Order: sequence, then structure tokens, then C-alpha cells
Amino acid sequence: MTDRHATPHDAHAEHAHDDHAHGHAHGHDDHGNDHASHGTRGSYLKGFFLSVLLTAVPFWAVMTGAFKDPSTAALVIMLFAVLQIIVHMIYFLHMNTKSENGWTMMALIFTIILVVITLSGSIWVMYHMNTNMMPMQAAVDM
Amino acid sequence: MSSVSLKKDGLDEKGEPLSFYQLEEHHHPEGSSTMLGFWMYLMSDCLIFAVLFAAYGVLGSSYAGGPTPKEIFELPLVAVNTAMLLFSSITYGFAMLSMEEGRQRIMQMWLAFTGLFGLCFLSIEMYEFATLIHEGAGPTRSAFLSSFFTLVGTHGLHVTMGFIWLVTLMVQVQKHGLIAANKRRLMCLSMFWHFLDVIWIGVFTFVYLMGSLR
Amino acid sequence: MSDTLLKTIFGRLTLESLPLHEPIVVATFGMVAIGGAALVAALTYFKVWGYLWNQWFTSVDHKKIGIMYMVLAIVMLLRGFSDAIMMRLQQAMAFGGSEGYLNAHHYDQVFTAHGVIMIFFVAMPMVTGLMNYVVPLQIGARDVSFPFLNNFSFWMTAAGAVVVMMSLFIGEFARTGWLAMPPLSGIAYSPDVGVDYYIWALQIAGVGTLLSGVNLVATIVKMRAPGMGLMKMPIFTWTALCTNILIVAAFPVLTAVLAMLSLDRYIGTAFFTNDAGGNPMMYVNLIWIWGHPEVYILVLPAFGIFSEVTSTFSGKRLFGYSSMVYATLVITILSYLVWLHHFFTMGSGASVNSFFGITTMIISIPTGAKIFNWLFTMYKGRIRYELPMMWTVAFMVTFTIGGMTGVLLAVPPADFVLHNSLFLVAHFHNVIIGGTLFGMFAGINYWFPKAFGFKLDPKWGTISFWCWVVGFYLAFMPLYVLGLMGVTRRMRYFDDPNLQIWFVIAALGAALIAAGIGAFLMQIFVSIRNREALADHTGDPWNGRTLEWATSSPPPEYNFAFTPVVHDLDAWYDMKDRKHERPLSGFRKIHMPSGTGTGVVLAGLSVAFGFAMIWYMWWLAGLALVGIFATTIFHTFNYKRDFYIPVEDVIASEDARTRLLATQGA
Repeated sequence: MTDRHATPHDAHAEHAHDDHAHGHAHGHDDHGNDHASHGTRGSYLKGFFLSVLLTAVPFWAVMTGAFKDPSTAALVIMLFAVLQIIVHMIYFLHMNTKSENGWTMMALIFTIILVVITLSGSIWVMYHMNTNMMPMQAAVDM
Repeated sequence: MSSVSLKKDGLDEKGEPLSFYQLEEHHHPEGSSTMLGFWMYLMSDCLIFAVLFAAYGVLGSSYAGGPTPKEIFELPLVAVNTAMLLFSSITYGFAMLSMEEGRQRIMQMWLAFTGLFGLCFLSIEMYEFATLIHEGAGPTRSAFLSSFFTLVGTHGLHVTMGFIWLVTLMVQVQKHGLIAANKRRLMCLSMFWHFLDVIWIGVFTFVYLMGSLR
Repeated sequence: MSDTLLKTIFGRLTLESLPLHEPIVVATFGMVAIGGAALVAALTYFKVWGYLWNQWFTSVDHKKIGIMYMVLAIVMLLRGFSDAIMMRLQQAMAFGGSEGYLNAHHYDQVFTAHGVIMIFFVAMPMVTGLMNYVVPLQIGARDVSFPFLNNFSFWMTAAGAVVVMMSLFIGEFARTGWLAMPPLSGIAYSPDVGVDYYIWALQIAGVGTLLSGVNLVATIVKMRAPGMGLMKMPIFTWTALCTNILIVAAFPVLTAVLAMLSLDRYIGTAFFTNDAGGNPMMYVNLIWIWGHPEVYILVLPAFGIFSEVTSTFSGKRLFGYSSMVYATLVITILSYLVWLHHFFTMGSGASVNSFFGITTMIISIPTGAKIFNWLFTMYKGRIRYELPMMWTVAFMVTFTIGGMTGVLLAVPPADFVLHNSLFLVAHFHNVIIGGTLFGMFAGINYWFPKAFGFKLDPKWGTISFWCWVVGFYLAFMPLYVLGLMGVTRRMRYFDDPNLQIWFVIAALGAALIAAGIGAFLMQIFVSIRNREALADHTGDPWNGRTLEWATSSPPPEYNFAFTPVVHDLDAWYDMKDRKHERPLSGFRKIHMPSGTGTGVVLAGLSVAFGFAMIWYMWWLAGLALVGIFATTIFHTFNYKRDFYIPVEDVIASEDARTRLLATQGA
């Protein structure tokens, strides 16, 4: 993963203080830095409508009590949450494997791993701690 | 371990003399690290929220004989709030599209809408908090409520910071136009704003919806 | 003045908050006040305030910032070590009839302050300072990715140190141990200002550390010289990368946990309380999720230094570069899977304890691999026992012992006997001193000539070295014995007179270490005095292998007139081997970031905010917070934060170097 200097088309404008942007459309060659992706009107709207759907269904499911079994309900809404996060990542945050030579994706994956460890580790550890160490009365209350 | 093809005779693979100095200066363009740096800051922020989620996960069923999630969560209000944040995300998206097209005034308009939706979100949330506190379900009542207020409140604080940043940027764009530095800042705020919406997905799912299932 | 008015203005600060009844503190204050006044007077007399402000405090140059971090660390070392001496003295005396000279109230603050200061304000700044100084040079860059943020990070760390030092003279410090576990650290059991000083010092310094982490990761990823792929980076840069990844990943956890503790203390939430459903065990769990990666943050840079030093002073390429890199990466990831070994005894049960015991044992393997790689590097090398190499050899022996006792503690049944005993105290000092501190001394002796243009005096350095090494063993080996005999940590008084001899030996060890520190200070003083004789004119006093040695000593402000192009690992060695020619002309003006006072201002406002929150002076807290926001926003309105070094200056600087090199027959 050799780091490259910014490609030539970036070097031309950007000593940061030129006020070129007088409102004329530049299309794709006037970004400050590297190849940061940006969406299109279509992709933003697609992401938006998907998000609306992925939000509305879980809310509806819980508010109407559509699932009799709470664990099924929980699984479904968690699944929808994960899906919607992915939708946000792709359509709003423009996550891809090429951004910053893959470092953005790697940072995200590393963070997700740590989040999973922190959450699952804490819950696992504390469940055992509570079972073994909390006073009996409090254990009943909880 | 050096690559096998490297020879020690001062010539590279193409047979050209090796250069050890970059005589044609091609230095890193200003701000080339900004996006990556800000992304990493966001990852660290993600971990703060992870800890707060973990605290909620562990302490979230400690009601101390006090109010439970079902008793205090008003899902319709939360649904409205979620909508506010989602709308603010799409308006920011439109703002970014306008920025790419160099249409400064349209962009400012979309940013203003984003700010408005953000303010709506914050107002609804403050109303919710005030009501809960008034009902005796404040953050000191139980560990469940402590972790609820802190997790949701921290998210709200971040939205507030984002709002202040948004206003500042609108002033700066007004003053200096869509120069490269301002565009970088707008892109960072974009990442921040969408990231907050991602966190909110976690909040409404794990706190409000799952809480109401129990 | 009415009582309410006084309370509004001063919060809970009263005249009683001044520790006038503690003679030791009063005497300390006297010395600090006189010393401080003398320093200020001298600086004023020599008219150097302007120079200090313009050239150092407002500088965004990574080299200056690195040096300031080291100065901060060395000053705080003196404070942290004074606490150590006080403890050793007390523990050597307090047997049978004698209560020693420190009451419990004071003693508890001493051991808490010792830990907090040594970890956060000595070890962290040293590690950060060296990485800041060296990494941009090693990767052929002119500065870090975010120079202003770098300056700001330094001042926030300094601000945290100021807050801790304030606690010595106004109010008191925490009495909870360095991790401030609740319920003891909660408002019910520690209602006084001590824990609040602790919290705000760490939160303020924590901002600096986190931003520094982001900065260095971005720098290493984005600013490497052309041709320097990841597997051609110097090994110190690799360990710096992993360290800073750990910083970005771990410090947020500390921030969140301390925030929850402060909420408990300030508004009465129930996170870690005994009632209302709170769970103090959750604090222990979370704080160690931060705490374990923290110790790897402390040791990985030291490993990097040892790799550079071993390779340079054995005259050989580092053995097993790839395996070193993989070992570092594995340690980085595994450091997140072992944290429970710090609280095996809290009661999570056999299944949880076994899992973490096994992961802890696994994490010792990559470190073992590193030791073998260093030994293989030395094998058949032409070893020069200059000071950096001496510290490295001392590390190899000492850290191995400490590591082994760590693996011993990793076995949960053993830990049930040894947890919180002096065995544990001996173990972690063994690895932190043997690992981090010896690494810092190796690094200081190694890179001092680069930073200042002259080497450190070898004679005083050797005295310091032997005092430290012998002193360390005398001070801590007895603690292993005591721990195995069952002696608990943090004790102020002992019933059993048979234990006293061990504590006396330990106190002797501490005295030797004190001599070692004194010799270190002498070393610096003597080196400055003899700088002509010790001068480094070539920029490469050790026949180094990495790019920092390609610059002059000290390097020019811009580091490299032309960015180097890298073709192989050990890039500088490669350049020398292939008889590169240093360009003598064709220089251009160089784009540099401007200095700024904003970092100092923000840090000062943070100190004011912290002080106000500690003493419940809400009006001051509000004002300071508004000030912080206003300063930050104001700073962002300044778009012109750069300048060019004119080509004439570059030419002058490079020509001076050319002439100097000519006198060396280069």
C-alpha cells in the first residue's frame, strides 16, 4: 500500500487561498484534495428513501406489536438497524475501499471490531460479575 | 527485506540512475491529510459512544424500583425526532451536491434547512428530557435513567456542536466563498453530521425500540 | 462580604483549602515558590520571554514541540520521583512502634499522585515527545499532518500537569490510587476536591493525547517520502503507527468513563454508585479496557527504539523486520483482548477468567519473538556499547524478568494469591521501568545529538546508567519477595518487623535511583558546558541507518531541502552505501506552517475551566467555556496560517552544512 503524492490534477489550484469558486460549475476537477467520492442527487435520494423504509418498519413493528415474540421483534429491528447503517455508510458517507488507499475502510473495520469487543466483552463480563457478586436481594430486583 | 530486483549498482529497474532526492518539488497539497484525520477522530468518537452503549447495555435494566422504558418512552415523538434527523441528513446531502456544483447560495439554503431540522431535533429532545425530569424520571433516579440520559444527551450535545459548527461555516462561506479550505470544512461537517445520524440509528433501535419491547 | 457572595465567587474554595497544617507541603511550596521566582527573574533579566514565546511556545515545529514534551516529562519525573522517595522512606520506617512520618491522609495522596504523574505526565509525554521529534524526520517529511493541532496537544498535556501540581498547594489530591475506583472515588466517599482534580487533569490531558494520536497516524499514513512503502518504513515509525492507533482507539474509553464518574459526582447519576442500580464493577471493567492498551502505548515506542538502536550499534540490518512488524500488529490487536486480567479476583468466574488468562499468555509470544529478533540482530554484529546500546541490553534482561512475572500473574489461580500484593507492584515497575523508561533513556541518548548538535556526556551517562540499573534491582526485587510472602500494596504501616529489612533494601535502591536521576541531570548540564568537545558536525554521529541521520544536527527548520526518495529499507544506510550525492544547488523556497498562540490560550482557558469545576465556581467555568468556544471559532477565521522560507535562507542553511561537512572530510 504505497502512499502516493496527490495526483497532478490536485496540485494546480490548491494552495488553499485562491478564491476561484465564483459559482461556475466545475464538475469533477475542483475538489481540494484527492478522489473523495461524492454522491449524485439520485444516490442521495435512494439512500434517503431506503432509510425511511428501514426506519418506518421497525417503528411500526414495535408500536403495533406486530411480532408476538419479543426476541423475534428484537432480531428484526436489529437487522434493520444494521442494514440502515450500511445504507448511510454507502449513500451518505460514500464509504468505499478506495478512499485514502483503503485506510478509511480499514479504520472503520478496526473500529467496528473494537466496538464489538467493547460491547460484547463488557456485557459478557458484567453478566458473570453480576451473577456471582451482586447481593441476593439486588439480584432478584434486577 | 529488500526486493529481489534492487541492484547495488546505482541503477533502478529501468536502467536509469537512481535518484535519492526529489528535485522537482511536488509537496503535499494543503489539507491532504484532513479527511483521513477527521475520519479517525470520528472513529474515536464512535468508541466514546460504544462505551456509553456498553454502559446502557449493562445498566439499562437497573430500574431501582423506578420508571421502566415502556413507562416513559413516547415512541411517536421519537419517530418524529428520527424523521427530523433523517431530513437534516438529506438536506446536508443536497448542500454538498450544490457545493460540488459551485452553487453557493443554493448550498447556503440547504445548510440553513439542515440547521433548522437540527434545531427541531434538539428542541424535541429537550422537551422530552424536561418532561421526564418533571415526572421524576430524571438522570439521578436509577442507573437505567443515568445511562439513558447520558447516551442520548451526549448524542444531543454532539448535534449541538454540529449546529454551532454549521452556523460558523455558513458565515465563513458567506465571507470567503467556496474556497478549498471551506470545502474541506464542509466535507468534514458532512461526515460528522451523517455519523451522528448513524449513531442515532443505534440509539433509537437499542434504547427506544428494544426498551419498549421489554 | 456576605457568606453567600463569597460562596458564589469562590465556590467551595476557602482559606482552609490551603494545606497550611501540613509542614511537608508548606516546605515544598516554599522551595517551589523560591525556585519559580528565581527562574522567572532570570528569564526576565536575560530578556528571553520574547524568544521563548516566539520561538518555542507558539511554535508548530514538531522538533520544538518534541523537545518541550521531554522538558515537561523530566520536570514531572522529579515530582513523581519525590513521591516515590517519600513512600520508600515511610515504608522503611513504619514498623512496630513507629508510625512513620506520613499520616494516612497524606500517604494516600502520595501513592495516588505518584502513579498518575508517572504514567500521564512522565511516561506519556516522553513517548509522545520522542515520536513527535523523530517520526517526521524518519519518513522524510517536513512536519506532521496537523502542526497547529500538535502545538495544541502539547499545551493541553502541560495544562493537565498544571492542574495536578495545583492540587499540591490548593486543596488536595485524590486518595484513591491512580485509577480512582468507585465507590471510593464517588461523591459519597470522596466528597472533597481530590478526585475532581484527578478527573479534570486527566480529561484535559486526554484531549491532547487523543489529538496527538490522530495527528501521528495521519502523518505516517499520508506524509511518507516517495518510495517509502509501509514495509520500507523504519521500525520505530511502525511502532509509532501502532502506538498512535492504540491511542486513538483507547483514550476515548477513558474519556467516557471519567465523564460518567464526574456525572456521578456532580449531578448524582447512578453509574457507579452502591444504590439506585449503580454498579461499581462496571467502572473497573471499562477503565481497564482503556488501561491495558495504555500500557502497550507506553511500551511499543520503547520496542521501536530498541530495534533502531540494536541495528545501528550492531552495524547490521535488523533481523526479521517483517516478523517485527507482524509482531507489533498482533500485539496491537491482542491488547484489546486481555483487559480482565487486571481484575481476575473481582468475581467473573472460571469461564471468563480462563479466556482472559489464555489471551494474556498468548500476547507474551510476539514480545518474545521480538527479543529473539534483537538477539539475532546482535549475533555476529560488531557491537558498539555506547549508552543507547547499554540501556538496550539492560532492557533485554530486565524486561524479560518483568515479562515472565507477568505471565505468572496471567494464571488466574496464581493471581488470586498475588493480586494487589507487592508482587504485582514489582511486576509493573519491572516492565515499565525496564521497558519504557530504559527505552526513553536509550532514545534520549541516541537522538540528543540530532536535536541539539552535540552528544550527551558519556561519563555521567554511564554513572546514571549504573545507578539506575543497580538501583532498580535493589528497589524492586525485594518487592517480589514481599509479595510472595503476602504483603499487600499501598500499605502505610506494617506489624511484622521481619519485613523491615526488605523495605530498607528497597529504600536503598530508591536512593541509588535518586543518584541516577541526579547523574542524568548532571549529564545534561555537563554536556551543555562541553558542547564544543561533544559536537556532532556530520549529522550522523552513530553511523545511523534511517533518514533522520541524513539531516544536519540540529536539522534546519524545514528538515529536508529536497524530499528524499526511498528505495530500500534503512533508507539512509542505502543512500550511503550507494554513494548518493547531496544536492548542492537548485534549492527553492519552502512552504511552512506559521506559529500561533491559540494553543497556549486554549490550554490556559482549560486550566481555568478545570479549576472552576473542581471548586464549584460556576461563573468562572461558564466564562472559561465561552472563552474556549470563542477562541476556537476565532482561530478558524484565520485562513492565513502559512509562510514561505525564502530561497536565500535555504541556500544559506544548506551552504553552511556543505562547509561543515567539508571540514569533516565528508
